[in-house]
Amino acid sequence: MDILVQAVSKYPLVTAFVVVGLIMWVSTYIGKIFNNRIHASAIAIVIGLLLAFVGGKYTGGKHGISDVGLFAGIGLMGGSVFRDFAIVATAFGVKLEELKKAGVPGVVALVVSMILSTAIGAATAYAFGYTNPVDMATIGGGAATFIVGPVTGAALGASSEVIALSVAAGVVKSISVMILTPFLAKMAGLNNPAAAAVYGGLMGTTSGTAAGLAATDPRLVPYGAMTATFYTGFGCLVVPSIGYAAIVALVG
Amino acid sequence: MVIYGLALMGGCMIVGTGLGYLIGHLVGIDANVGGVGIAMLLLVIISRQLMDKEQLSKLAQDGIMFWSAMYIPIVVAMCARQNVVAAFDAGALAFVAGLGAVFAGFLLIRPIAALSPKSDPLPPLDADNAAPAATVAVPESAKEVK
Repeated sequence: MDILVQAVSKYPLVTAFVVVGLIMWVSTYIGKIFNNRIHASAIAIVIGLLLAFVGGKYTGGKHGISDVGLFAGIGLMGGSVFRDFAIVATAFGVKLEELKKAGVPGVVALVVSMILSTAIGAATAYAFGYTNPVDMATIGGGAATFIVGPVTGAALGASSEVIALSVAAGVVKSISVMILTPFLAKMAGLNNPAAAAVYGGLMGTTSGTAAGLAATDPRLVPYGAMTATFYTGFGCLVVPSIGYAAIVALVG
Repeated sequence: MVIYGLALMGGCMIVGTGLGYLIGHLVGIDANVGGVGIAMLLLVIISRQLMDKEQLSKLAQDGIMFWSAMYIPIVVAMCARQNVVAAFDAGALAFVAGLGAVFAGFLLIRPIAALSPKSDPLPPLDADNAAPAATVAVPESAKEVK
């Protein structure tokens, strides 16, 4: 038994390749049962999220299944290094003309979404009794992404309880983008590069858009990822400054 | 050599990350503003030029394509390490704030995308819908480069 565990845990990344390979195989099989009406990648993503839930319940950790010793390699394979490297690779072969077309609407989406997400987050905080502008801005930042929330909270001196809430709001956003995108894509007209760039700018969460587009149409990934990667940095800049000032002006 | 493709990509990423942090520094925050996006833009422009000059070998392209094809498995691994429990246990406030932002976003895709000059829908995917972005998007002329 010990030897078996040793064999599986000696090369964590290799074990991760095997595990993910199995997930993909099972997903493709399930996809066939459903007559390919649901993308295999969408099924694989849901399986991944289920494993993350099980792992999180089992270990009480923050990193899903990768907190279980045997599956530590999943943490490496799904970490930001590999993720960003693979995202950059998807840009290979993209046509510059399509990117140019997507430029202006992508930037508009970025700005509109930052205002809207912060406003929705702040208004929700207000409705739940967090009427202090610092708390509202922090939770508003969380509704942008789960990084903007804590950055805003730290900059403005929010309590750790509020910062935790802002992270939770961001995680809910990111995971719901992963799950909902393939279902809402058709209704939202998400079938061309410009719409994908707008989608990336509107959703903002890099992991959410990465998984959402993978499950919808992998060819759209580079366009959505490109705008999404600007979102968190932009949010860290404007939410604690302009966003906070606007909230103070409104309720302060 | 395969490594040339990876080196090109890695170079773009290092320059992009550097520029991302520089932008962050210039606006006074300690964050990488769009480094990955800048790296993607660099890769699009540089690989296009190299291919036009026939400087990017088939093997070097394969090195990049491999990582492009690894995208979905990596995303699946990424999903498996999300803090899903935190999202489920988050409580009503986090749900309303997070989901509200997502639904508002979906409603705005069409109106904002309409600002762009006509962008045609991509042709339907074929049966093997796991095709990575690059295999479909690479123009025929590029594939002939040896």
